[in-house]
Amino acid sequence: MKNDAQNPIGNIHSVESFGTVDGPGIRYVIFMQGCPLKCKYCHNRDTWVPNAGYSSTVEDLVSEIKKYRTYITPYGGGVTVSGGEPLLQTKFVTRLFQRLHEENIHTALDTAGSLPIGHEIKDLLTYTDLVLLDIKHINNEKCMELTGAPNTNTLQFATYLSEHSIPMWIRQVIVPGITDDHKDLVELKNFISTLKTVQKVEFLAYHDMGKYKWEKLGISYPLEGVRVATQEDVERAKKITGFN
Amino acid sequence: MEFKQWKGFQNGRWQNEINVRDFIQANYTPYEGDASFLAEPTENTKKLWNEVLDLYKKEKDNGGVLAVDAETASTISSHEAGYIDKDIEEIVGLQTDSPLKRAIMPNGGIRIVEKSCEAQGLKVSDKIEDIFHHYRRTHNDGVFAAYTPEIRAARSSHIITGLPDGYGRGRIIGDYRRVALYGVDALIAEKKKELQSLEISTILEETIRDREETTDQIASLEELKVMAGKYGFDISVPAQNAKEAVQWTYFGYLAAIKEQNGAAMSLGRTSTFLDIYFERDIKNGVLTEAQAQEIIDQFVMKLRMVRFLRTPEYDELFSGDPVWVTESIGGMGIDGRTLVTKNSFRILHTLTNLGPAPEPNMTVLWSTRLPKGFKDFCTGLSIKTSSIQYENDDLMREFWGDDYGIACCVSAMRIGKQMQFFGARCNLAKSLLYAINGGRDELTGKQVSPRFEPITSEYLDYDEVMEKFDNIMEWVARVYVNALNIIHYMHDKYAYEKIEMALHDKDILRTMACGIAGLSVVADSLSAIKYAKVKVIRDETGLAVDYKVEGDFPKYGNDDDRVDQIAVDVVKNFMGKLKKQKTYRNSKPTLSILTITSNVVYGKKTGTTPDGRPAGAPFGPGANPLHGRDTHGALAVLNTISKLPYEYSEDGISYTFSIVPGALGKDMETRTENLTSLLDGYFSKRSHHINVNVFDRQLLLDAMDHPEKYPQLTIRVSGYAVNFVKLTREQQLDVINRTIHERV
Repeated sequence: MKNDAQNPIGNIHSVESFGTVDGPGIRYVIFMQGCPLKCKYCHNRDTWVPNAGYSSTVEDLVSEIKKYRTYITPYGGGVTVSGGEPLLQTKFVTRLFQRLHEENIHTALDTAGSLPIGHEIKDLLTYTDLVLLDIKHINNEKCMELTGAPNTNTLQFATYLSEHSIPMWIRQVIVPGITDDHKDLVELKNFISTLKTVQKVEFLAYHDMGKYKWEKLGISYPLEGVRVATQEDVERAKKITGFN
Repeated sequence: MEFKQWKGFQNGRWQNEINVRDFIQANYTPYEGDASFLAEPTENTKKLWNEVLDLYKKEKDNGGVLAVDAETASTISSHEAGYIDKDIEEIVGLQTDSPLKRAIMPNGGIRIVEKSCEAQGLKVSDKIEDIFHHYRRTHNDGVFAAYTPEIRAARSSHIITGLPDGYGRGRIIGDYRRVALYGVDALIAEKKKELQSLEISTILEETIRDREETTDQIASLEELKVMAGKYGFDISVPAQNAKEAVQWTYFGYLAAIKEQNGAAMSLGRTSTFLDIYFERDIKNGVLTEAQAQEIIDQFVMKLRMVRFLRTPEYDELFSGDPVWVTESIGGMGIDGRTLVTKNSFRILHTLTNLGPAPEPNMTVLWSTRLPKGFKDFCTGLSIKTSSIQYENDDLMREFWGDDYGIACCVSAMRIGKQMQFFGARCNLAKSLLYAINGGRDELTGKQVSPRFEPITSEYLDYDEVMEKFDNIMEWVARVYVNALNIIHYMHDKYAYEKIEMALHDKDILRTMACGIAGLSVVADSLSAIKYAKVKVIRDETGLAVDYKVEGDFPKYGNDDDRVDQIAVDVVKNFMGKLKKQKTYRNSKPTLSILTITSNVVYGKKTGTTPDGRPAGAPFGPGANPLHGRDTHGALAVLNTISKLPYEYSEDGISYTFSIVPGALGKDMETRTENLTSLLDGYFSKRSHHINVNVFDRQLLLDAMDHPEKYPQLTIRVSGYAVNFVKLTREQQLDVINRTIHERV
C-alpha cells in the first residue's frame, strides 16, 4: 500500500455499517485507531494503542462506503468518523471527507476536539457537515482527572466551530458522581449558550459494556464500582441544563 | 353466476369464472393513511382472549398438550361442533369438539400417530390401529415400501434430512377465499365441469389420477358444507357480509386443518380480500370500526389455537409446535396501486390487541413503494413485538404476479394456481466433508455415497476439493430428488389434500421445493481452503476428522466478494444439478436457503468443517452467517445476503436479523425510521426475506430462567416466529449467541 497525498493510508480500528446513534439517519461509522486521551470510562479501550488496527487507503474505504449508498443517502444518513480520536489522522480524514463530498455523502466528525486547531484541522472542517463534539468535562480540573488532559482545546474547538458556522451536536457522558454535579452542569449549560451553531445536546448514559475490552488487555477497569447511569440520571441532566 | 350476496360489488370476469384476483382488483379500496383509525379490543374479545390464555396455561401445565382424541381418525366432518364460549364468539369453529384438543390423522403415518399418543401417555384406539395396520396403507408405509437402500443410507446419515416421509408435507395453500366469494355449490359445479373435461378417448394413468382426485375434491366440498352445518351455517351460497366472509373463509381453512397435519398449513392472502366486505358493510352503516376489529381479533384468536399432535422429535427439529398459519399482507398491485387496505392494518393490530404471538405467521410483502403510513406502522410493531417477517414484493411480483401468498416461511405461490412438493433440505456442509472423505461419513466412517478416491494430501487444495465437491453434489441432487419423487407419489396416493386441492384450479404449477442447509459453513470452508491454509487431521482409517486453519480468510457475512461469490456459485451450481433431474408430475425444481431452527440439529449431526467450526456446533440459520463471523455490522450482512440470487432459489432465501433496541436508534421514532430505511435499502437490492427481532440479550436470559414471566415472548427464527419459552434450552442458547447486533 502506497501512502500518497491523493490517496493516503489510515489506521482503522473497525467499521460499523449500521450506525444509528452517531449522527442523523443510518451511518457508516469508521472507528480510527489511536487516542491522546485516557478517559476512565472509555468503551473502546482497544483503540488507544497507536500501532494496532488495520490499514486502508481513502479510495478503498470510499468504494466500501459506496456499497451502502442505498441505505444512507435517501434517508438523511451518511458517514461518521469516530475513534479513538480521528484528529490524530487529520490528513486521512480530510481526504476521505473531500472524496465523500464529491460523492454527495454527508460527513460527520465524532471528536473530543482535544488537539489544538492548526491549519490542517481547519482544512478538515471545511469538508465536515457536522461535528459531534464530546465535552468530557466542563470543569478543567475534573477533566484532567477523568481524561488525563485539560479541556482547553475542546472548548476552543467549540468556539471555532461556532465562529465558522459549522453545525455541531454537543455530547456529554453522564457518569454518576463524576460528571453529573449540579454546578458543573449549569456551567456546561452557560458555556453552550455562548455557541451559535449547536443543533442538539445529547447526554449519554454511562454504561460498562466496554469493560471487557480493558480486561482483555489485562488492564484493571478504572471505574470499577461506579454505577452505570440510568435514564433518570439522563433526565436529571436534561432538566438542569434545559436541553431536551 | 348471479347472487344477491354480491349486491354493491363491481362487475367483472370474476362473475363468470372462479377468479378471486379479478374480484379483488375490481372492488378493493387501497388505503394510504396511517394507523389512527384502529380500534381497541371489545369487552367480549378481552373476555374471550382471557379464557384462551387460561387454556394455554392449562395446556402448558399439562406438559404442552391439553387433550387428545385418540378414538377418531380426523376428517373434515368427523367431530361435532366445538366452542370456547359460544355466546360471545364472533367467529366459530374448532378442529375437534373442544378447544386445544388435538386430533389424530393416521393417513400420513400410523406409527407417528402412535408415537405421538404414547408421548402423551395415551393409546390409539384398537379399531384405528387395526384399520391402519391391516387394511389401509399410510403415506409413511408407502414411502418405505419404495425407498432404495441408497436413499435409506443418505437419510440415516443425515445428508438428506427432515424429509416429509413420516408426516404431512403441508405447504399447500387452498384458496379459502373462494368459499366466501362463491359459496360451496358454485365451486362444486365448477369441479364437476372439470371432471367432465376429463372424459377423453384414452384413459391412462395421468387421467385416471386426475379423475380420482377431482372426485375426491368434490366429496370434500360436500363434507365442508356438512361441517359448517354443524355450526348452524349454510355455506352452499356466498357470504353476504363481512362477518360471514371471515367465517366462510375460516371454514375453508378449518376443513384443511381437520384433514391434514401438514408441516405448514398456511392461510394465504386473505386480509385485502376480506376488506372489500368490511368496506361495503361500513359504507352501508351496518358495521362500526370496533365491530370490524372484533371480527378480525376473534378470527386471529382461532388461528392462534390451531394444534396438531406431533412427536417430541418433530418438535425438536422444528422448535416447538409450529403450524405456519402464514398470512401475507400488503404488497403492490401490478397496476401500481397498493394492495394495502384498512384490513391489512387490522390484522397486524391483533398483535397489539391480543399481544405478540408466533401465529398466525404475519408476513408483510414489502415494496419500497408501500405507503409510508403502513411502513412505519409495520416497523413500529416489529420493534414492539418481533412478530413480523418481511418479504420482497417488488421481487416476487416479477415472478408470481400480485395474488401470490407465502406458504410456510418463504415459499411464494400463486394462490389457487400453484402448489409445491415440500422437500425439506440436504446438508451441503456434510456434502463437502464427503467430498474430502471419498463419500464416507465423517462421524460414523460408513461409506454412504458410491466410493471414490478421498483427498489424501496434508493440506487441502482448492481445485481438488472443488472438483470432488462438484461430483458429490451431483450424487446428492440425484438421490435427493429420487427420494422426493417417492415421497410425493405416495403422499398423493395415500394422504391427498382433498379440500386444499378442491380450492385450486384444475391445471396448476407444481414445484419440487428442494432446500440446502449449511451454506455459510460451505462458503467459509471453501474460503479458508482458498485464502488460508487448511491442514487435515485424519484418524487411523484415513478418515478426515479435524482441520487446522492456518492464517486468516474472508468470511461470509461481511460484504466481501471473495467469499460471497463462492456462496453464490454454490447456489447456482447446485440448482443447476437439481434442474437436470426428472421429477414426479413434471414438477419444477426450486431451491430454498432456509433451515427454520433445525440449523441446530443439522449442526449436531455434522463433523468439524474446514472453516474451523467444531463438530456438532450449530450452522447459521437459513442464509445467515455463522454466528460471530460477521464483524462489519448489520448492513454488511444484509449486503452479503442480497447477493444470493433469487432466480436460483425461487423457494426463498431466509435471513434472521436480531438487534437490541438501542442499536436501532435512540428513541422510538428514530428506531422506526431507521428500520424502515433499512428495509427499503435491503429490498431495493433484490433481497428476498428478513425476520426482524428487536430484543435485549438480558431479557432473553431472564426468560430462560423464568419462562412463566414471558408466556407470549415471541422471536423470529429463519422464516417464522416461535414462542421463546417453548424452545429447548439448546435452541434458546443458539438464539442468544446468534449475532445480536449490539453496538451502543
